[in-house]
Amino acid sequence: MTEQKLSIREAINQALDEALRTDPRVFLLGEDLADPAAGVNAVTRGLATAYGTDRVMNTPISEAAILGAAVGASMEGYLPVAEIMIMDFIGIAMDQIVNHAAKLRYMSGGRTTCPITVRTSVFAGTGSGGTHSQSLEAWFMHVPGIKVVYPSTPADAKGLLLSSIFDPDPVLFMEASRLYALKGPVPEGDGIRIPIGKADVKRAGRDVTIISYGLAMSQSLEAAKILAADGIEAEVVDLRTLLPLDMETVLASVAKTRRAVVAHSATTVAGPGAEVAAQISAKLFHELAEPVQRVGAKFTPIPSRASEAAVTLSTGDIVAAARKTMGAVRV
Amino acid sequence: MTVTDTGAVGLGRDQLTTLYETMCTAAALDTRLLNGIKRGEFATVTWPSRGQEAIPAALGLALRPDDRLVTTYRGLHDHVAKGVPLTEIIGEVLGTSVGASKGKGGTMHISDPAHGVMMTTGIVGSGVPVAVGLALAAQKQGGDRVTVVTFGDGATNTGSFHEGVNLAATWKLPVVFLCQNNLYAEMTPVEETMAIQHVADRAIGVGMVGVTVDGNDPVATYRVIKEAVDRARAGGGPTLVEAVTFRFEGHYAGDSAKYIPAEQLAEMREYDPMVTFPVTLLDSGFTRAELDAIKAAAEQAVEEAVRTVLAAPAPDLAEIQLDVYADGLVVTHD
Ligand SMILES: Cc1ncc(C[n+]2csc(CCOP(=O)(O)OP(=O)(O)O)c2C)c(N)n1
Repeated sequence: MTEQKLSIREAINQALDEALRTDPRVFLLGEDLADPAAGVNAVTRGLATAYGTDRVMNTPISEAAILGAAVGASMEGYLPVAEIMIMDFIGIAMDQIVNHAAKLRYMSGGRTTCPITVRTSVFAGTGSGGTHSQSLEAWFMHVPGIKVVYPSTPADAKGLLLSSIFDPDPVLFMEASRLYALKGPVPEGDGIRIPIGKADVKRAGRDVTIISYGLAMSQSLEAAKILAADGIEAEVVDLRTLLPLDMETVLASVAKTRRAVVAHSATTVAGPGAEVAAQISAKLFHELAEPVQRVGAKFTPIPSRASEAAVTLSTGDIVAAARKTMGAVRV
Repeated sequence: MTVTDTGAVGLGRDQLTTLYETMCTAAALDTRLLNGIKRGEFATVTWPSRGQEAIPAALGLALRPDDRLVTTYRGLHDHVAKGVPLTEIIGEVLGTSVGASKGKGGTMHISDPAHGVMMTTGIVGSGVPVAVGLALAAQKQGGDRVTVVTFGDGATNTGSFHEGVNLAATWKLPVVFLCQNNLYAEMTPVEETMAIQHVADRAIGVGMVGVTVDGNDPVATYRVIKEAVDRARAGGGPTLVEAVTFRFEGHYAGDSAKYIPAEQLAEMREYDPMVTFPVTLLDSGFTRAELDAIKAAAEQAVEEAVRTVLAAPAPDLAEIQLDVYADGLVVTHD
């Protein structure tokens, strides 16, 4: 299989292009999506030109209506991909996702389904402050009926977005704006999918498992390099999907390394890491050499650009947490 | 039965019969459920619509079977009007396995796509954007199917309503927004929550047609809804219809409705469509015996459905954990 080098932005664009080209049930809707603007993140560039504004639909600034329209159309057999420009605005559409999209299959006894994809971008690390920088994935992990996907590489982004669009359940698909320009190899051609619900070991190691996803993955891989210089070989597991969680892959890794750090951009308090750490502790208590460590953002709103780094996850936090798990060695 | 114009009201005899049948079934359903709760025969939650029967009856007559409906917790009459079988409605209200959703939805979440009922919601205002999406799908498919969404006056104060109607008007979608204005939002009278007199005036702000009609008159209401449905079907875009009516029971079964002044209640009793419409029907040539027979048949149908539902088992735990995700995926922590 031949490969191309793409940025995550290009990989997502390719996935949307493939979906629009291969399936007439797919359409996109959201604010500013159509050319020439193609959205603040420029992810949908060229798509309206190629497929028309009936398939790439510009909407008013109406997050509840965007999501509601997606929900309604999906009940009639469409596969809408709705964009919420920046994740912080998703609160306005929360009712449509949490009360309707997530529960329609259940509350109708399977008579209606809601195969929507909600794409949204996390602006963390852009210096945009408290209402434009939040990583709110934990909100959605608390809701039965939806799936939560957050890729960290171009290949994963493309394959997972296509899986999300054609998944029979509603999927929240998160994109880190800081990662849009990140380049990596992506297989060429149509039909290539990354399964939802499967984690990926991004780096093999024997001493400690770093479990992460999304924006924090690049920091985790960096941390692994720093630890390697000290002779600590970290295994890095990319969750890729937060709901459902692939605990099998996580547990297999931690059973081997006996040490675990969970790292994410979301706040540590009641963050996704709490669920992962609790499950590791419950299932591998006797194998663990040290308690599971969790690292993430401090429990404050994200401050101005000047202070953002003071409260958000740093590579150093991950390194320190990993070192902590190496502290006492039991036999 | 042959269609004969009955002059005074301008509708055929079979249309008038359908209107009255739907009204009687809706009223019988409400009353039977309330009585069952009151005498401890079963425990459940319902939001009665006694008094509002004319609007759903008119709606049912104006819609085709394949037209879509989104309704609310106070939607049992709408379900009846759209043809949802009584056992499925009552089965869901009482949470048994014969309910529309095998007992997993409850009163506020009855859906029956086979009869066009796509969603019932307990979140005030939230059905509006979903109906817009259903209408968007119809527009994309190129057919002439229409979507109707029903809600109360209170719902028109939500952001979802305003976002939804604006999008529908902008995209000229085939949808009818039907406000069943029963003059109360839960326990608050309408004049405390709106500075305008007519909900229908809200249509002006988004550039669509708005009409207010006497929702206690099923014939007048039918005409207005029909016109809106025809407009939507012909590609003329959405309409906001406000049908003004009254709710004679409390907000929910068990609410004694002390907030409704006695004088208002007495006055509104005079406009109760279950009292006034039979008079119209008698004037139009129906006999008392015919009307009594329609009412008795409706009550019997409801009674039979209640019996079927009460004899049905509750859904088992395996069923209760199904349909969270496709393909039976069950997410656990163990
Ligand atoms: C978003 C939301 N807020 C509050 C409630 C609680 N609530 C249930 S019914 C109701 C009143 C709604 O009034 P209206 O829209 O006029 O409908 P009606 O009940 O009169 O048919 C309220 C406030 C709710 N279900 N959803």
